[in-house]
Amino acid sequence: LKTSEAAELRARLRAVRHTVLVLSGKGGVGKSTFSALLAHGLAADETKQVALLDIDICGPSIPKMMGLEGEQVHQSGSGWSPVYVEENLGVMSVGFLLSSPDDAVIWRGPKKNGLIKQFLRDVDWGEVDYLIVDTPPGTSDEHLSIVQYLSATHIDGAVIVTTPQEVSLQDVRKEINFCRKVKLPIIGVVENMSGFVCPKCKNESQIFPPTTGGAEKMCQNLNVSLLGKVPLDPQIGKSCDRGQSFLAEAPESPATLSYRNIIQSESENHCANESPRFRALLQYAKGLNRLVLLCHK
Amino acid sequence: TFSALLAHGLAADETKQVALLDIDICGPSIPKMMGLEGEQVHQSGSGWSPVYVEENLGVMSVGFLLSSPDDAVIWRGPKKNGLIKQFLRDVDWGEVDYLIVDTPPGTSDEHLSIVQYLSATHIDGAVIVTTPQEVSLQDVRKEINFCRKVKLPIIGVVENMSGFVCPKCKNESQIFPPTTGGAEKMCQNLNVSLLGKVPLDPQIGKSCDRGQSFLAEAPESPATLSYRNIIQSESENHCANESPRFRALLCCAV
Repeated sequence: LKTSEAAELRARLRAVRHTVLVLSGKGGVGKSTFSALLAHGLAADETKQVALLDIDICGPSIPKMMGLEGEQVHQSGSGWSPVYVEENLGVMSVGFLLSSPDDAVIWRGPKKNGLIKQFLRDVDWGEVDYLIVDTPPGTSDEHLSIVQYLSATHIDGAVIVTTPQEVSLQDVRKEINFCRKVKLPIIGVVENMSGFVCPKCKNESQIFPPTTGGAEKMCQNLNVSLLGKVPLDPQIGKSCDRGQSFLAEAPESPATLSYRNIIQSESENHCANESPRFRALLQYAKGLNRLVLLCHK
Repeated sequence: TFSALLAHGLAADETKQVALLDIDICGPSIPKMMGLEGEQVHQSGSGWSPVYVEENLGVMSVGFLLSSPDDAVIWRGPKKNGLIKQFLRDVDWGEVDYLIVDTPPGTSDEHLSIVQYLSATHIDGAVIVTTPQEVSLQDVRKEINFCRKVKLPIIGVVENMSGFVCPKCKNESQIFPPTTGGAEKMCQNLNVSLLGKVPLDPQIGKSCDRGQSFLAEAPESPATLSYRNIIQSESENHCANESPRFRALLCCAV
């Protein structure tokens, strides 16, 4: 980064309080789903401003998952406007720049890096309490670049999403390796697709068997936090396809409970020792859980 | 998973020489899935030797070049492209009936490069793997778009994770619901072949983790039947009328 570029990024990101990167080794493990739900979960507190940045240039799923397909990015004097889901939840993705959602973005690394830099420099997020960055799978251009560009601001850390089987965990260890190499703190690991309960007979199947002890064992071995295990629920896929928040659509689901616990523990352990504003988030999350349970009695 | 099983399936005919090239530099799963973890690549006068699973099934992957399977390969595009070129130029595959190339997800450096480098030979086409939900199909349409742009023929689409039958009560659940009609509808709309639908089976994950062929481990599974039908239809419809020597199949995983 040139000095002038670094200064520009620093200026733009000055008003961002907390940044979380969501990573995965493999594709298809539920990383974007998690990013979207984390954004929804944090934005449920209307006093918080949440920004969701999708830097998966080849496969931008965030617009669809947030119900924002077909939206366009508007430019103003102060930069690009994010697309707002709620007043306090803004989103940016290459998906909004395509003529059609089926258009392939077939770019090599340098061009992708250029767009990521532009997202950080030119998007007018305003004051942001939480910036969540959804990444593509792997450890390549996008990941190196986002860490480099965000060195202008403070990154709280990375959440790594996986499924229970060893083939997936093998790539998580590489992600952990990556984080340590670039000195990116690891908030923890989320294990998705952790079991399926048959809706008819309630028998639980391990569809992606944790042959080597799953994320739990790996986290113990590598001294990394296991943030939670989320079971499979067909409603998750449906909600994503329809651009709705699964947490709102299926408040009773065990998967919702898992997600909420994860979101809560993230804000408690990694963001809550800040000013009283963030401790309010913790109270909110607890309160919301109680409220949801009350409403559905 | 599909690339590995396709390789096993084609190599079951011992008269055929099969090569499996893993160009997923960041997340090379092929060594583990083929039971070749810890193997090393040897160099000789004629180039790098592939690692052999069977006499007629050789494998190459960046995984064989790492000191430890947990080592992250954190390379930008140009360096990845360099290794892919080396794999194609320096590996002594010998005579090959089928070259299967397993790629990382997406449409970026690796995909552009492999198509460019393989333009020196004939590519039969690409198989695109997906799951049934719209979020996945959205990216398949981009892959189809990519193939058309770079004039790569599309052999067809495989829909994985297509339903799960409870082992206890036999009730079928659509865990990844095909809210927009699944791969079947998409293939009709885009005039692309649906090669098959493979249901979820916990044995698939177990076999992959243990480096064993799922087709051999669970011959009775409906998933095995699906995979075998797909492999059979690929060789019948897409490779049988070419020269037997060098047929390349490009497998793009979404």
